[in-house]
Amino acid sequence: MIDKSISGKYAVVGVGQSAYGKFPEKDDFHLAADAFADALDDCGLEKDKIDGLAVCRLPHYGRMAEILGIQPRWTLQVPPHGRMSGVSIVEALAALDAGYTDYVVLLYANIGRSRRVQYGGEESPGFWDPWGFTSMGAIHAMMFREHMERYGTTTRQLAEVPVAFRRHAVMNPAAVMREAFSIDDHENARMICDPLRLLDYCLINDGAVCLILTSLERARDLKKKPVVVAGVGAQDALVNYSYPQHDFWYEPLTKVADQVYGMAGIGHDDVDSLMVYDNFSPTVLFSLEGLGFCKRGEAGAFVEGGTLGLGGKLPANTDGGHLSNSYMQGWALNVEAVRQVRGECGERQVPGCETVQYVAATPCTRSIIYRAA
Amino acid sequence: MTPDIQRPLPDRNPISAPFWERADQRVLALPWCKKCDQTHFPPSPRCPYCLHDAFEWRPVSGRATLVSWVVFHRAYWDGVAAELPYNVCQVELEEGPRLISNLVGAAKEAPRHGMALKVTFTDRYPDITLPVFDAA
Repeated sequence: MIDKSISGKYAVVGVGQSAYGKFPEKDDFHLAADAFADALDDCGLEKDKIDGLAVCRLPHYGRMAEILGIQPRWTLQVPPHGRMSGVSIVEALAALDAGYTDYVVLLYANIGRSRRVQYGGEESPGFWDPWGFTSMGAIHAMMFREHMERYGTTTRQLAEVPVAFRRHAVMNPAAVMREAFSIDDHENARMICDPLRLLDYCLINDGAVCLILTSLERARDLKKKPVVVAGVGAQDALVNYSYPQHDFWYEPLTKVADQVYGMAGIGHDDVDSLMVYDNFSPTVLFSLEGLGFCKRGEAGAFVEGGTLGLGGKLPANTDGGHLSNSYMQGWALNVEAVRQVRGECGERQVPGCETVQYVAATPCTRSIIYRAA
Repeated sequence: MTPDIQRPLPDRNPISAPFWERADQRVLALPWCKKCDQTHFPPSPRCPYCLHDAFEWRPVSGRATLVSWVVFHRAYWDGVAAELPYNVCQVELEEGPRLISNLVGAAKEAPRHGMALKVTFTDRYPDITLPVFDAA
C-alpha cells in the first residue's frame, strides 16, 4: 500500500516545455534544455538547489546534467515508454519523501518526427512479426475491435474523443494540430489499422517537457501557486505482456482508482478535468470505464454529445492531448493539469478548476490527482 | 506462392525453435512444463508458473475461438506492402493460450467475436509455413 500520508505534502512548482513541431536542427538534449529553462523561469527556483534528476527518452542522464549544469544526489533514467511519465512522477514523490532529493527535475524529450521514427516494424521486433502484427496502434485497434464486438461500441462514438480534443487544441496556441474536424471527417479519414483511422492515432512530433517538484513547505517560497499531488495510484499488468490487454486494463484501472481516490479523499464528481493518456482514442474509453466514470462497456454512450469537451460533463485533455497538441507521452498532460489548477489556461480554462486527474491506462497504469494547495 | 510478398521471418532461437520446427511440419504445438504440466505462450526459458526449465512440446487440437481482429492498411515492412490490406487476428486456443495469427477462408470473409476456428497452414509465403485460422 502506498502511504496515504504523502497526500498534499509534495507539489509541482515549475512546468515548462519547448516548442512542439519538427526541429531537425535540434537534438533531444537541446529541446530538453529549452523546457528546463522554461520551467525554471516558471517557478523562479535557483538552479543550484536542484538535487534530483529523472530523464525519459533522453539518450543519457549524464550529458543532460552536464548541459544543464546540475549536480544531483538522486538520478533516474527510465525507458522511452509513455507509461513512464506517470511512473517517473510517482518515483520522484517517493524519492522526495525518503529525503533522497529536495528539489527534483523531471525531463522528457522526443525527436521522433524529424528522425522519422515509425513506431513499428524493424524498430521493434517481436514474436508476432511473421503474421504481420506490429505497432502500438495495431494493439489498440485489436482491443477496440473486441470492445465493439462485446459491447456494441461504434466508431462514431469513438470519434467523440479526437473531435473533442481537437477543439481544445484549436484554443491552444502551442498545439501542433489546430484545425477542427467533425465526426463525419473522422469516419472518412484514412484507415491505418481497421478499425482505427488516422485521426485515432497520436501525433508524432518533436518537443520536450519539464516538471519540477518539491515539498509544499519549500514550494511556498517560489513564484507560482503550489499545485499539490493529492493522490496517486499504481498497478502494472505485465503478465501476458505479449498480448493486447484482454480486459482493456479494467482490473488494473479499478485498483488504481481505489488508491488514487482513496488517498485524495475525493470521488469522481470532484474531478473538474481529466487528463487521460490518449496514444490512440480507444485508450480514453477504456480509462473512463476502468476508473468508474461510467459502467463497464458503456464508455461509447458516455462520451456521446461532447462529454469530454470544454463545457461538457468531464472536460478532458484541454490542451488537445497526444491526438492534437503534442506527443509528449503523458508528460504534457501533467503540465496541463498543473496549469488548469493554477488557472493559467486562457480560452481553454475550465472554470473554477481545483482538482485535475491524470491517468495512463498502460501495462504500467498510473493515476495522479492534482489539487490547489 | 506469392513471391512479391515477404513476411518478416521468425527469430529461431533455442527457446522458440521448437515452435517453428513443428510449424514447418504443419503441426501447431505448445510447450508444457515437465514439472507443473501447465502450458504458456510465447515460449519462455522458464515456466512462468513454477520456474522449471524443461518442456514437452505437444501438438494441440487446433480448435480456437476468435477474440478480435484488425486489418492493416499500412505496411511497416516493405515486404508486406503488396499484401495490403491484410488481416491479423487474436485467437484463444482450446488449451488456453492465445495466439496472434491471420484469418483465411470463411473466417476472413465474415469474422465475428467468439466464432469457432480451426488451424490450417499457409504456403502462401516462400520462406515460411505459417499457422493461420479458418472457420471451424
